[in-house]
Amino acid sequence: MSHLLLESKVPPLAGRGTGLSLEGVVRVLGGRRVLDGLSFEVPAGGRVGIVGRSGAGKSTLLSVVAGLAEPDGGRVAVGEAGTARERLASCALMPQRDCLLPWRTALDNAGLALENAGLGRRAARQRAAALFARFGLAGAELLRPAKLSGGMAQRVAFLRTLLADKPVLLLDEPFGALDAITRAELQEWLGGALAEAPRTVLLVTHDVEEALLLCERVLVLASGRVSAEFAVDVPRDAPRREVVTSPAFVDLRERALEAIG
Amino acid sequence: MRRVWPPLVLLAATVGLWELLVRADGVPDYLFPSPSAVASSLGGSAGLLWRAALVTLREIVLGYLLAVAVALAIAVLLHFSAVLRRALLPILVLSQTVPTVLLAPILAILLGYGIESKLVVVAVVCFFPIVVNAVDGLRSADPELVRMMRTLHGSRWAIFRRVELPGALPAIFSGARVAATYAAVGAVFAEWAGSSSGLGFVILQAQPALETARIFAAILVLSALALALYGLVAVSEHLLAPWEREARDRA
Repeated sequence: MSHLLLESKVPPLAGRGTGLSLEGVVRVLGGRRVLDGLSFEVPAGGRVGIVGRSGAGKSTLLSVVAGLAEPDGGRVAVGEAGTARERLASCALMPQRDCLLPWRTALDNAGLALENAGLGRRAARQRAAALFARFGLAGAELLRPAKLSGGMAQRVAFLRTLLADKPVLLLDEPFGALDAITRAELQEWLGGALAEAPRTVLLVTHDVEEALLLCERVLVLASGRVSAEFAVDVPRDAPRREVVTSPAFVDLRERALEAIG
Repeated sequence: MRRVWPPLVLLAATVGLWELLVRADGVPDYLFPSPSAVASSLGGSAGLLWRAALVTLREIVLGYLLAVAVALAIAVLLHFSAVLRRALLPILVLSQTVPTVLLAPILAILLGYGIESKLVVVAVVCFFPIVVNAVDGLRSADPELVRMMRTLHGSRWAIFRRVELPGALPAIFSGARVAATYAAVGAVFAEWAGSSSGLGFVILQAQPALETARIFAAILVLSALALALYGLVAVSEHLLAPWEREARDRA
């Protein structure tokens, strides 16, 4: 149960955590079938990216998986958890906006989930503070969000999500609000952080490159269904610039972009 | 300091002009006193005004605190119960068509000439802006923050305590600031309806005696009290919601 980020020497454990599965999921919003018979699975410890145009149902999908909403048809399961309430207990959702509380310091924002779970404020601070340096946040502990840069705020949000200590991470365009340079930095950093603390990850993004860099499998969502699927089988341990310019990566990216249409 | 100077200069110019006009025209003091006459009355009746100010200050502060406590309690109740909100909020809004200061004579009959009737009048006058702003503030919590809390083990109570309440503080304080300016008016009306002390009583006594300068002096003291209460509320906001200022500084 201990937090894996505290044990950075532990090699990535494929298969840790809880898998999730969707079967024929339908979600109707305002008379439109936003999700229309959507089915896919993420194995325990696997990382799946969902890409698609705006309005393809990406955010709706995450709400349903997270247990913030029930599907209007079909079945969603996160491990054994079937009901919305049970799914809510197993999934941590990181929204596109950092959603930090403006009245809390970076440290108290990071420890929010711990306090919600009943831990005292002092204990929550201690656990969060132990990870600040690792997240490139040393020195920012007592700053409120208004004083944080976009990249730092997003790191605090990610730390907060991890400290909720849930087996499944749902990332909703986690870097969509950042400038291109910061986004590239944080993508690389997130790749490292996830390698240290493997979890089941469902990443939703409109940035194909981001999905291909961070995930093992990438699904294209169109009209509320999976319209194409790509296994990411290109080597990714080289520096980012080499990875994204390698012929295999470029080819994969082109095919994915074409599938999105 | 740059923000303080323009109103100060304008105020000084107005007072100077007032003094000049009254003197040039030879208007008698009992009709319209010059600033210097008001000032000398302020000095001459210092003891009387001081004792009266203490009485009125007590009514203002206690009545105001009563209003804040009741308004916040009711706002939280309305926030948690949609049924109550639908039932009570329209009635509260409707009740504002009643000129509340005119309840003062009725309350004086009901509660006597002591401090109780004054506290209730001040509280009734101050209550509404606080409760309405607090209800609005609590309800206007960012839905994305609430969703975020739900995915982070956040119970209903945790969401209230950590998101809705701190998020509502600026709205609550803007209601509290408006209410602070009403409190002094409420106290004077209550004293007019029946009392034997306080600044309202001093004004009431000075009027038939045509001691107009003393009326002006009492009004001046009353304004100072209202201003002090307003300042106190502003300082509390500063201390309780410091992130607001930080965010403004950045913008």
